[in-house]
Amino acid sequence: MSASTLQAVAIGASAGALDALSVILPPLPADFRLPLFLVVHLPPDKESLLTDILAAKCRLRVREAEDKIPIEGGTLYVAPPNYHMLVESDGCLSLSSDEEVHFSRPSIDVLFESAADAYGEALGGIVLTGANEDGAAGLRAIAAAGGTAVVQQPALAMAAAMPQAALNACPSARVLGLEAIGAWLQSLHQEGSS
Amino acid sequence: MGSPVDSRPSMDKSTEDIELELLLDAIYRKYSYDFRHYAMASIRRRLKQARERFGCATYSALQDRVLHDEAVLPSLLSYLTVQVSEMFRDPSYFRALREEVIPHLRTYPSLKVWVAGCSSGEELYSLVILFREEQLENRTLFYATDINPDALAKAEAGVYELSRIPLFTENHRKAGGKSSLSDYYTAAYGGAVFDKSLRERVVFSDHSLVSDAAFAEMQLISCRNVLIYFVRDMQDRAFGLFKESLGPKGFLGLGAKETVRFSQHANAFTDFNRSERIYRKRDLQ
Repeated sequence: MSASTLQAVAIGASAGALDALSVILPPLPADFRLPLFLVVHLPPDKESLLTDILAAKCRLRVREAEDKIPIEGGTLYVAPPNYHMLVESDGCLSLSSDEEVHFSRPSIDVLFESAADAYGEALGGIVLTGANEDGAAGLRAIAAAGGTAVVQQPALAMAAAMPQAALNACPSARVLGLEAIGAWLQSLHQEGSS
Repeated sequence: MGSPVDSRPSMDKSTEDIELELLLDAIYRKYSYDFRHYAMASIRRRLKQARERFGCATYSALQDRVLHDEAVLPSLLSYLTVQVSEMFRDPSYFRALREEVIPHLRTYPSLKVWVAGCSSGEELYSLVILFREEQLENRTLFYATDINPDALAKAEAGVYELSRIPLFTENHRKAGGKSSLSDYYTAAYGGAVFDKSLRERVVFSDHSLVSDAAFAEMQLISCRNVLIYFVRDMQDRAFGLFKESLGPKGFLGLGAKETVRFSQHANAFTDFNRSERIYRKRDLQ
């Protein structure tokens, strides 16, 4: 566990994302201390239903990110389809329509690397199920900045490739099952109130 | 609570942050291109690519290159400003312009349209084709502006890779196109060359939303996925410029996830089509 108190958590997921997120996010309280940032790989041409689906399941506030939206605790910010979502160090989110990274826009690496720059050691990063390599370089950047890296146990993930790639790139990451990731997130809520 | 500012006091700036600021300062002071107020997270990624492309180990080394070798500037500029766009990107936006905005514009005897940050011109040609289909082209003057001379030259040439045409064609159809996109280009040497008649009523010009002023009174400004690269203060400046440039009840179209809501000029605009991010200048009289 990181020595400092975490101030934000960034999450990346691809194939099998909704099932995994449905385990770890709904138990979090409405007044959850931290903001959460989420990138899920989605087809670019579809208006995303992800925000609505998660909002219906979660007590947290769930919002699709708009450009320059101020970051608040207790809120899950979802990257919109066809845009990268980045964390700025002045406390807001930016979007970008720069080229795809790992064939993806939004890309997990883009979110993670910008969040690592903004939060340093006060950031947690989680790579969940997925079938590509996005998020591996980003998780390594989070760990390199002193943040806390978490990977879903590949053998238990619906698609093992992405958490495995993240673990290969960032061997110091904590490897947890979904239930344990959920419990860890809940522990972050208490951590700040003590 | 929860803001990155809390955990990153400015004393804590990394060497790399300092180098990045110095690099942007150097570009501004030597060449007057001002990227100092661009959203740092995006520009950091772009400059990282540029640094690797130029084989520089640090941003200080890149700064040395750009200060002492003027030939580096154009390609560095394209890293900093290149926009990935497509014709009729977000077809529902162009459909909303056609079905909801055009009926208002028809009531004007003459029209001015500004494509701010036109990059390589995809959005400009989309609008000209739309206006031609709606028989408004011959009473409209289009201004296409960008800070990057290479992008402006591409926009003026109007040549796109043939491989992109199927997507453009599909977008045009979904946008309610009344003609065939193939009416407007000829294929040559692997490129689609758009007809020069589409440029007859277009003024291409170098213009910076960061430092230049209003230059004409517009009925429609389309500025999509440009302001996302600016910090809030600079967005405010651009929105102020748009407010000043729009005639009474003029229209402003933004990118699908952009909003005036977080700007100090939010009150100057009303939602016209909320989901398509089309705003209208508020009538203050």
